[in-house]
Amino acid sequence: MSPCSRDARLFWILSASALIASGLLLLILVFLAKESWPVIQNAGLSKFMRSDGWYPTEGAYGLLPMLAASMAMSALAIIIAAPLGVASALFCRFYAPPLISRMYRWAIILLAGIPSVVLGLWGLTVIVPLILAVSPPGTSLLAGSIILALMILPTVALTTEAALAAVPMTYWQGAAALGLSKEATILRVALPATAASIYAGILLAVARALGETMAVLMVSGNVVQLPSSLFDPVRTLTANIALEMAYATGDHRASLFVSGLVLTALVLALAAGARRSGGQIVHA
Amino acid sequence: MLRLLALTVCGGFLFGMSLTANAAEKIVITGSSTVAPLVAEIGKRFEEQNPDVRIDVQTGGSSRGINDARSGLANIGMASRSLKDEEKDLKGTAIARDGIGIILNAANMVRSLTDQQIVDIFLGKITDWSAVGGKAGPITVVNKADGRSTLELFLNHFKLKASDIKAQVIIGDNQQGIKTVAGNPNAIGYVSVGTAEFEAGQGTSVKLLSMNGIPATVENIQNGSFPLARPLTLVTKDEPSGVVRAFIDFAQSAAVHDLVKEQFFVPVLP
Repeated sequence: MSPCSRDARLFWILSASALIASGLLLLILVFLAKESWPVIQNAGLSKFMRSDGWYPTEGAYGLLPMLAASMAMSALAIIIAAPLGVASALFCRFYAPPLISRMYRWAIILLAGIPSVVLGLWGLTVIVPLILAVSPPGTSLLAGSIILALMILPTVALTTEAALAAVPMTYWQGAAALGLSKEATILRVALPATAASIYAGILLAVARALGETMAVLMVSGNVVQLPSSLFDPVRTLTANIALEMAYATGDHRASLFVSGLVLTALVLALAAGARRSGGQIVHA
Repeated sequence: MLRLLALTVCGGFLFGMSLTANAAEKIVITGSSTVAPLVAEIGKRFEEQNPDVRIDVQTGGSSRGINDARSGLANIGMASRSLKDEEKDLKGTAIARDGIGIILNAANMVRSLTDQQIVDIFLGKITDWSAVGGKAGPITVVNKADGRSTLELFLNHFKLKASDIKAQVIIGDNQQGIKTVAGNPNAIGYVSVGTAEFEAGQGTSVKLLSMNGIPATVENIQNGSFPLARPLTLVTKDEPSGVVRAFIDFAQSAAVHDLVKEQFFVPVLP
């Protein structure tokens, strides 16, 4: 077979794969739009962008509090998880003795593999009673954020570590030649060189946090309200769909698809933001 | 390749099934989404035992079930209530009962609550246990998510509106409700009696409250004395006959009691 026809074959295989992948995304979007269309047509999109109540069986579809809850919970989770994840990767890479470093890495990988429903159950029986002792009802924005932080911490830690491992040897040699201390090398050379990758890891983690359902459903209380404190129970967009979909019919069901549509829009906006501000790779 | 083969086999199987379906008798059942999952399971078992019968279950609410049964659009209608007086021209058969009980944490000192106290707690008018004879502490109201049949039964019984309830925690299924109340000494919630009785028996720290002095037990739901309960009813236009009669008899028989219990309902006594 000539190289030319082999090229052509690869070209077709790759294009077909790409087409299938993007086609699936498009199909999902079309499906979401189609399923939510009846209620958007009946009630109008403006009825969803309100915060005066979510009682779909009574015709009140205020999604805004859930949108706010989803964003607040993910933001809090990443505020907790990002410093911990980056710090643990730095520790693992530069300060831990090899044995501890290896054990620690295994622990992180194990944490990444815990099913979300198990983390949720653990949160409900351990974290929630702790928060309850401080301020009832315990199931709250804070509980949800803590569980989410645990779930996304491995993503941040592992991507940061991989990025640090990829810093070219010449950088270390250069820093050593300049007589820089270990601390200065890490903070002034290694971290700036890996900033773009760490940032990408964080965005990946936020996207996962936004989409997480089961654990959040179990620990965050699911009351539809704009959170005014960390101890308020809140309902996220994902929890809303999981809670009500099984028993919803008609406009109620369609309004849950609107929840999905809004969530998808949020994640797409995040991805678009990532493209705009990310992208520059410091070391090639 | 293997997958393709599986698809072909599957397709052939479906094709074969559709051929027999043409020759088979078909029972169309429509109505309440509370009853539908149970009837679908019973239907599957009935089909296994009667290979030439096809059962088609569709949801759309109790009113649709009754309308369809009356108009003949469906052979059987499903309703999650007993027949009203103006519907007495139809024939209704209870296949199971659905009962919910109010649960508190086992450590809660409160032994009973009046209907009015329960309503005030769920409306947020009473917010501390000391107001109803318990140890002082803020009440955590645990409510069900919109659309659940237990919520509907609770709202109907206490004549409340979903939007009036001031809840601190909203839950999906019964298990989640029991875990939430077991983990919070000041919580109050309601779940299906069958599940709660089982869990309390297993040592989970929840307790079921009596309603109007009648203990919330599966037995009291079965004999109809417990107030917070309703029958799941199959409705037909006339006295059923033939295969429809066979199906209704089957749905009432002890042969499906395990399915009834799986869905947290209570079997009816013959």
